[in-house]
Amino acid sequence: MEQYAVEMLHITKRFPGIIANDDITLQLKKGEIHALLGENGAGKSTLMSVLFGLYTPEEGEIRINGKNAKIKNPNDANDLGIGMVHQHFKLVECFTVLDNIIMGVEPVNRLTFLQKKQAREKIMEMSKKWGLHVNPDALISDITVGMQQRTEILKMLYRENDILIFDEPTAVLTPQEIEELMQIMKNLAAEGKSILFISHKLNEIMAVADRCSVLRKGKYIGTVDIKDTTKAELSRMMVGRDVKFAVDKEESVPGEEILRVEQMSVASNEHSKDAVRNVSFSVRRGEIVCIAGIDGNGQSELVYGITGLAPLKSGSITLCGQNITKAPIRQRAGVMSHIPEDRHKHGLVLDYPLEDNMVLQRYFEPRFTNKMGFLKRREIRAYADKLIEQYDVRSGQGAITIARSMSGGNQQKAIIAREIDKNPELLVAVQPTRGLDVGAIEYIHKQIVAQRDAGKAVLLVSLELDEVMNVSDRILVMYEGEIVGEFDPKQVTVEELGLYMAGAKREAVKQ
Amino acid sequence: MNKKRFSPLRNEGVQMLLASLLCILGGLLIGFVVLLIIEPSGAFEAIIAILKNFFRFSRVNQRLKYLGQTLVRTAPLLMCSLSVLFAYKVGMFNIGAAGQYVAGACATLFCALYLKMPWWACMMAAMAAGALLGAISGALKTFRNVNVVISGIMLNWIMLYVTNTVLSLPGIKNPMSPYTIQIRGNSPTALLPQMGLQKLFNNEKSVTIAIPIAIIMAIVVWVILNKTKFGYELKATGYNYHAAKYCGMKENRNIILTMMIAGALAGMGASLLYLTGIEEWETTISSVPAMGFNGIAVAFLGGLSPIGSILAAYFIQHITLGGGNVDLSVYCAQISSLISSLIIFLCAFVGFFRLTMQNYLRKRDEAAAAKAQVKKGGRPS
Repeated sequence: MEQYAVEMLHITKRFPGIIANDDITLQLKKGEIHALLGENGAGKSTLMSVLFGLYTPEEGEIRINGKNAKIKNPNDANDLGIGMVHQHFKLVECFTVLDNIIMGVEPVNRLTFLQKKQAREKIMEMSKKWGLHVNPDALISDITVGMQQRTEILKMLYRENDILIFDEPTAVLTPQEIEELMQIMKNLAAEGKSILFISHKLNEIMAVADRCSVLRKGKYIGTVDIKDTTKAELSRMMVGRDVKFAVDKEESVPGEEILRVEQMSVASNEHSKDAVRNVSFSVRRGEIVCIAGIDGNGQSELVYGITGLAPLKSGSITLCGQNITKAPIRQRAGVMSHIPEDRHKHGLVLDYPLEDNMVLQRYFEPRFTNKMGFLKRREIRAYADKLIEQYDVRSGQGAITIARSMSGGNQQKAIIAREIDKNPELLVAVQPTRGLDVGAIEYIHKQIVAQRDAGKAVLLVSLELDEVMNVSDRILVMYEGEIVGEFDPKQVTVEELGLYMAGAKREAVKQ
Repeated sequence: MNKKRFSPLRNEGVQMLLASLLCILGGLLIGFVVLLIIEPSGAFEAIIAILKNFFRFSRVNQRLKYLGQTLVRTAPLLMCSLSVLFAYKVGMFNIGAAGQYVAGACATLFCALYLKMPWWACMMAAMAAGALLGAISGALKTFRNVNVVISGIMLNWIMLYVTNTVLSLPGIKNPMSPYTIQIRGNSPTALLPQMGLQKLFNNEKSVTIAIPIAIIMAIVVWVILNKTKFGYELKATGYNYHAAKYCGMKENRNIILTMMIAGALAGMGASLLYLTGIEEWETTISSVPAMGFNGIAVAFLGGLSPIGSILAAYFIQHITLGGGNVDLSVYCAQISSLISSLIIFLCAFVGFFRLTMQNYLRKRDEAAAAKAQVKKGGRPS
């Protein structure tokens, strides 16, 4: 019989009104990389929470290394050698890499003084062995996302975990860093570590995994060997139907200029250097202009400047022929919709019900507020119900669901419904598909293209190269606050874009 | 999921009420134990005296008179709690309500005794003074990011001594005592009108329109927070400052405005007490009056709802006054403060009790759902 590192057999976990995991079986062989694939809400997180003892399943059993295991809390999981790199890292920003790695298992002498020297040697040795390059004395807040992730991996290895779980590890990385991570994962597996790789990016699963288990709507669909399968088959298993990877769209027919940005500079919150430096570009009616680049190269600040969330240091912005350089947010919002980068920070009032979030940008219109300043609750409900229906926003209790309790995909859909229904001249969409599954991404891309086809101007900011290549009509690459290249997606390769994104190449952009 | 069987436990209001009652019960119980430890023989009598307050009188007339007095002192407490909860809904902890209350007292008494203004002008002055103090906290918060708790506490003390100084002016302070002169007799137009309300309370002199005004204000606050565009904006700012900014609300203006309104509510509370003539300001007082701080407790005991605050304010005032009737030969005078502060302390657990209740209900639902599922699966289809 084959030896399994983790066996989760016939796990069933029910919540009121929903079965999150319905008879799910997951078997992770020793030394393999096993992908867990599924859309948002398919039950991946619940299954992992069961493995970490955060939920008790109603049925089923868990075996670790062939032995029955009772996991009541994350500490039990730790003792069994299970470690996890979360999608959002759990690191203390103002501590060094070294401090973060040893946190909780600090080596101390008899007088409880820290013995950092030993720890440092051990970490440097591990770092060399696995190719996990880190500077142990750097502060977390100063290092790149890639190095933060390597710190998380070292944290697991330092604890001598043999079962490593990676939750959507590539979402925040550059193409080059992803490449590196894949290699690290392969090395770890070759050394006998068992790896569970949670993802919905098919390319990566195809590249690195040995086997793949698929979940859909809480049900176990099956496990396949990667060498015997194709991307199309995996996506069919995940979504339950054929998925188009290419975005259907006609040739763009650009019209008049809607947005013009001239010599714009925006100060940075973190550095003394400006986050956006002397950027000029324009977006025309009927085209999707995409700002590509690695996270943190000034894209967020560029959008803040355009939407009015941050003041410009210099330069000017013209929207529909009007100078809006100093215009308040609400005046801009009349002709501009903004799907924000961070739906929790900017996009939603999480403690408000869905209906109140649906009118967040237009509650003050006479349609929703009478002359006395009272809200027209009935109108708001009717409007929210209409959007919920039209954009298929799913939630537990409809319009009165508290936004916080909704899934990320549906929260995003609600924002998109709200922003698109405003019928803007310019749509600014920042990473509109971040963290969403294939089905939702397909839907959102369709909506964006539909806006373009309706003669709107679209400014899309994306970190996903697939999205950049598929959706845009024109690509601007941003590197360290400047636009370093302008491309036609049909005439450029992903590799070429990567070079510009990493700052290895640049061209003078005609402005 | 759409059709839910009616269950009173699931109603938010009922949950709040139950949680508040649990706090009260817990506070009384712990208070009782403390009494037992100090002196077992009189403990039972003492706790009964606190709970009884005016019910200790056997004559109905007497009871009505003291009920009236309790209500008179409830009105300012309710206003302070409204001040606290209003700011809290917008994400700020208005510990400065105490100072805003003092500012209100200062302004209202100055206008009444020195300027001989009519009651409504005195009340406006109190609101303006409270609002000014609130605006200072709000402005410090928005422009200098000073926590309103810090600025509130400091302003409390600043305002206390400013008030002591102002109200010691000749013509305001009674030269024979540390108190201000009485409004009744000196500037009768400053007294709040009674509109016949005193007749309900055995002609208690201090019963005025202050009581209905406070209740109306509670309702107004509820309407503003829940029914208006203004309340929608304020709460959105409180819940998520960034989202408020994102959708073009004037988030900084909202914060200052909120603190001004909160200050005005607390300041108005002071005028609702002092303009009844029930007591005078003691110009040598060296601690900030407890009214504002108790307002915090009332707001939480009332489940942060303006309507709940009405009941909570009455209850806290009831036991505070009841505490005055404890046998002082057995217990020291502070014992009543101890009991009410125990209850107030436990008020902090209102949210905890509610959460526990909700968790229990959810667990029960989960179990029921699991059972139903098993049944369904077992049935041949």
